[in-house]
Amino acid sequence: MEWMAWTLPTSLFFAGIGTLLLGMTAWQFVTPTLSRQGFLPIATTRGDRLFIGLLSSGWLHLLWLGFTDQVLWMISIVCVVWMLVLMKWG
Amino acid sequence: MQRTHNNRAWWLVLPVVIVVAFSAIIPMMTVVNYSVQDIFDPSTRFFVGTEWYREILRDERLHDSLIRQFVYSFAVLAIEIPLGIAVALSMPRKGFMVSLCMILLALPLLIPWNVVGTIWQIIGREDIGLYGWALGQLGIDYNYASNPADAWVTVLVMDVWHWTSLVALLCYSGLRAIPDVYYQAARIDRASPWAVFRYIQLPKLKSVLLIGIMLRFMDSFMIYTEPFVLTGGGPGTTTTFLSQTLTQMAIGQFDLGRAAAFSLIYFLIILLVSWLFYTAMTHQDSDDA
Repeated sequence: MEWMAWTLPTSLFFAGIGTLLLGMTAWQFVTPTLSRQGFLPIATTRGDRLFIGLLSSGWLHLLWLGFTDQVLWMISIVCVVWMLVLMKWG
Repeated sequence: MQRTHNNRAWWLVLPVVIVVAFSAIIPMMTVVNYSVQDIFDPSTRFFVGTEWYREILRDERLHDSLIRQFVYSFAVLAIEIPLGIAVALSMPRKGFMVSLCMILLALPLLIPWNVVGTIWQIIGREDIGLYGWALGQLGIDYNYASNPADAWVTVLVMDVWHWTSLVALLCYSGLRAIPDVYYQAARIDRASPWAVFRYIQLPKLKSVLLIGIMLRFMDSFMIYTEPFVLTGGGPGTTTTFLSQTLTQMAIGQFDLGRAAAFSLIYFLIILLVSWLFYTAMTHQDSDDA
């Protein structure tokens, strides 16, 4: 694994994503998702909302890095809140 | 939709997931690891956090390259999509001419990218190339190696020559799939050819056009070989598109950390656009159903 040049933050990041995916899979087996309409303009399933949340969080982080010199964890908190809102009401 | 599906068939996807893991996901994770480090080789590396991202996002050279890339991709779409539809509409509907047209249209698609670049490099020359020579005879001062506008025109014409066939063939298959009853109804109503196109053909072509637009956008957004062979990204950097800038950074300068951060930004752009197209397509299907 040396060639993959792991660092602690990136390992934590991928562990987080992996846990999220496993958790979502388990959740799907327990209570299968239904496609429904929330505040997003399209009907989505839980998985769709997770994907939209992750993609938009990636973009929000990039915008933050590109336009401000503030520390990164501020936008990370905003993204966590955004993802929770999206999963619940999206 | 108020019912759940049996998801057991997903297990059949497992082999693909394993292949994709080794061909895409693990390399991708490595790129993410590289993008937060100043790295020369796995034993010589320093953690720099989001430093590369900040630099890349504020790099003028990359902004220019990104703008060029978008202009190029939109120009390609703006020319190839209407032209492809026009070619498909003017193709014969039956007889041996159909096969002939299909073969002629398919030919450019079979030519490898670097050969296309070489063909246009020669054809655009003023001394021995037909296109360059003809323009010279018309009194047009044309030189794709020194004039940025000429270089752009040549790179665009080359792409149009190479890929309009794809759009035309897709549209042709879409047109052939329209049942004759629609045309009969149009004849009864004495619809004009424009009305037939606007209210029958174009709506029926929507799904193939979406696929065509997506394929052409993705492909032109990743373009590397053809401009690289034709102009080498020049004159100056006027035809240096994103993937060439990335290659210069990764292989030319051996700036792996920065190149990794750049690749991830590039990836996010592609991912966003693909998702938008995918959503548009799947929702159109559910609207039609």
